[in-house]
Amino acid sequence: MIKVKNPGLETTVQDYGRIGYYNVGMPPSGAMDKYSYTVGNILVGNDENAASLEITYMGPVLQFQEDAVIAITGGEIPPKINGESVPMWETLSVKSGDELSFDFVKKGARVYLAVAGGIEVPLIMESRSTYTLCGIGGMEGRALQEGDELTIGTNKKQDVKEGTSLPDEYRLDFSGDNEIRVVLGLCSYRLTEDSKKRFFEREWTVTTEANRVGYRFKGERLHFMEREQPFGAGSNASNVVDLGYPIGSIQVPDGVEPIALLNDAVTGGGYVTICTIISTDLDKMAQVKTNEKVRFVSVDIEEALQARNEYRDTVEKVRQFVAK
Amino acid sequence: MPRYEYGGDEFIFVELSEEMSLEVNFQAMAITKQLKEDNVPGIVDICPSNASYMIRFQPEKIHPDDLIAKLKQLEESVSLDGFEISSRIVDMPILFEDPWTHETVMRFRDRHQDPSSTDLEYAARINGFDSKEELIQAITDYPYIASMIGFVPGLPWCYQMVPREQQIQVPKYVRPRTFTSERAFGFGGAFAVIYPVQGAGGYQLFGTAAAPIFESEQRLHDFKDSMTFPRQGDLLRFRSITMDEYEKIRKEVKDGTFRYVMKDFTFTPQQVLEDPKAFSDDVLGRLYA
Repeated sequence: MIKVKNPGLETTVQDYGRIGYYNVGMPPSGAMDKYSYTVGNILVGNDENAASLEITYMGPVLQFQEDAVIAITGGEIPPKINGESVPMWETLSVKSGDELSFDFVKKGARVYLAVAGGIEVPLIMESRSTYTLCGIGGMEGRALQEGDELTIGTNKKQDVKEGTSLPDEYRLDFSGDNEIRVVLGLCSYRLTEDSKKRFFEREWTVTTEANRVGYRFKGERLHFMEREQPFGAGSNASNVVDLGYPIGSIQVPDGVEPIALLNDAVTGGGYVTICTIISTDLDKMAQVKTNEKVRFVSVDIEEALQARNEYRDTVEKVRQFVAK
Repeated sequence: MPRYEYGGDEFIFVELSEEMSLEVNFQAMAITKQLKEDNVPGIVDICPSNASYMIRFQPEKIHPDDLIAKLKQLEESVSLDGFEISSRIVDMPILFEDPWTHETVMRFRDRHQDPSSTDLEYAARINGFDSKEELIQAITDYPYIASMIGFVPGLPWCYQMVPREQQIQVPKYVRPRTFTSERAFGFGGAFAVIYPVQGAGGYQLFGTAAAPIFESEQRLHDFKDSMTFPRQGDLLRFRSITMDEYEKIRKEVKDGTFRYVMKDFTFTPQQVLEDPKAFSDDVLGRLYA
């Protein structure tokens, strides 16, 4: 059992996600930074889909009521056990009675706590992920609250030696710019050529509306090609006949502020979508904070698939490193 | 010409038409139904929508270009002839001009095209009706087809089965609301919707549905197999009810005894397209027989 003494800003139970229900309007939810989440599970010897805690901006205070093996991965929200700093990206063991807390966020936005065995909550549509908007999954469909008691599950495959520490090359790197790769497409034909160009030229600032549902960006107004609105679309130039939104798609209601739809987003609607963040860079997006700047970089489908392969290779190397 | 577009490395989006019509909606249904039956490896989600559809796939199992080739082939080969839609005709009780959506409508007046009237008054006026009662009559006279499910779990986009010149059309709010009450009945573009849960939204608000369309606890009989009630292809009749009936239904929902009035029904696109009004009359006859 893990007792929640302070829940932090927004701490939720997440696994790989609720996959395969998009057609009824159910978003996948799940860990927003899949890489950090996956590596966390590898470091504690868990099944790939074991549930972890996703911690946002401000960490919780958790008291372990049994011995456990844990790993903390993701953004730099420095963890402490009984007030003493402990390393991230490393297999740690905690004793019954130990208290895990976090310092203020230094880099990134989200950190993952993996516990050997996983966090045990009921499976809803084959997933333990929390989807707060509809109140399903995770801890009673909501973020953690003070006094919650989390059960440690049995989703463990193997033991990992305490002190197993990932080399820097497998940790998140916050030194570069926030470049988010996208594949242009969907209804991008609605944008003027100039707006398409400007979208990629300029920097976009993340607004305070940046959460698991989506990120909204400030920059400049984008313009749409003139047309007579098709039947059923609605009168605004940014309206289309309501259609499906891919996860990671970017829409621009009224041309004013682009919105990137993320794990808990709506699955469809009536706004023009112009491009889609590639799956690997959704992880990067999840580590960007309000007021930070991002730049969108256009890649073609082969480059997107290449990035995906490299990502998978990296995860495989981590797996081999930890297994050694 | 349909557009085939990448949605990143995991989605293909196919826009069959920029404008809405029953015919193109049936096409999307027919293509996605065939795709489902073909059991193509690597497909994760098949999401038919109003005039388009979307596929989520695993590129490790099927290259997006191979998937697009497959979809183009389906576009060629799938015909509406012989395509049958297994559907349900459902009575959807709606309390128009209810106090809850009225409060929401008033709260977000500054985001609306016409702050001086209600959504219902505004929609009646721009659609050429003399009164809001006439608009309610037009909405409730003929049934709708659930042409797409999504936005949030279970939300049905509903398209009325009447000739185009008779379709009601309204704009969405100038700026979306940050709040919509649970079960609100709204209208945007040419679509009626019921919001399953409380949340953001941009459709004009006309009333509240008495019965739920999403139930996470799955207590009610109609939710035994799924938390979401509406299915694409369902034929929904919105029926105007009084506050008394609304309260009676709410009590049944609370007691766990509520069941939708509905009939199973299989139909073909031709039946609808040949004479939407005759089809609609037949549907209503079956529902209340």
